[in-house]
Amino acid sequence: MTKKEVLDLYFLAARHNLIEIAAFIDRVERANGGEDFRMAAFRKALNELTKGEPECAKRALLSFSDLTSEPIEKSDSKSAIGAFNPSQSK
Amino acid sequence: MVSRVTDDYQKMAVSGCVAISEPSFWAGFDRCSADGFKDYFIQLTQYEPKRAAHYGIKHFCWLCINPKEAEDLQLARDVVSMIPDFINHQNVLGIGEIGFNRNTKNELKVLEMQLELAAKYQTLVLVHTPHLEDKLKGTRLTIDAIKNNGKIPPHKVIIDHCEEHTVKLALDEGYWAGLTLYPQTKCTTARAIDIIEIYGFDRIWVNGAADWGNSLPLAVPYLALEMRQRGHSEEEIDRLIFQNPYKFLSQSPNFKLI
Repeated sequence: MTKKEVLDLYFLAARHNLIEIAAFIDRVERANGGEDFRMAAFRKALNELTKGEPECAKRALLSFSDLTSEPIEKSDSKSAIGAFNPSQSK
Repeated sequence: MVSRVTDDYQKMAVSGCVAISEPSFWAGFDRCSADGFKDYFIQLTQYEPKRAAHYGIKHFCWLCINPKEAEDLQLARDVVSMIPDFINHQNVLGIGEIGFNRNTKNELKVLEMQLELAAKYQTLVLVHTPHLEDKLKGTRLTIDAIKNNGKIPPHKVIIDHCEEHTVKLALDEGYWAGLTLYPQTKCTTARAIDIIEIYGFDRIWVNGAADWGNSLPLAVPYLALEMRQRGHSEEEIDRLIFQNPYKFLSQSPNFKLI
């Protein structure tokens, strides 16, 4: 596909997703309280998208990932939550 | 499909689906005993194939204790010891979906137990890789466990739910890579096609999750439509959504479409 064809097919959906992210950040910033590790990972992933380097999706996913290598003793929850909590490995 | 309504079988049949491969899965709650798994395995090997056959769809399944229930080692041992009673059933393809959930030590023990079972019965293996932040680490730990087992050739293993940061790990080691189409936590149709355009069609398949969560049984036909919109040929689409899974699953003597 040419760049124009990709944009024709996906631009509106991507624009929609971007505005959703912008509104989400506004919503978090309007709310009371401090941010946690999830938002830190989110901002790190966002930063990856503006570097002008290839593999944006992969780098964004890595921003949320647990990069440790050993199995943990036990998990305190059944489900993943979307971003690695550094305190989990301590 | 055990958690889906019969209408889904009908929709899949009219969309061209000829076969389903259903992994043993978490029920959304922890089962109380091994007997709960016995009933589940009976459902997967006896009841569900009949429900699918009503719509001309062949139903195949995988057996295991899912990593979400792998913290209780005694329960896991009891369930794993029961699997040989079902392993030779005509619709069983192998052991799966096994792997990690939260990357714990007990999950590793249960994975090793079930890899040993697959090696003993020389079955195919379907690997579940964890969700979200746990996926990369869980994929690496799983590949290490398969290598440590040493008795299962990579071409008989599919590492499922791959994403952009894990697909190369699976392919580079000679495994098959699965891309699971699922809202929010796994892969969208657009991203799955991106991955295929980057990594090619060899040893990759796509699958649509159809479980008790917010999933879409028709995800694969939707992906085919999007591939056409992106200019892929009918031959490429057929290779991805039919020939590739056919090639992998045909390594099981139980996989017969006719």
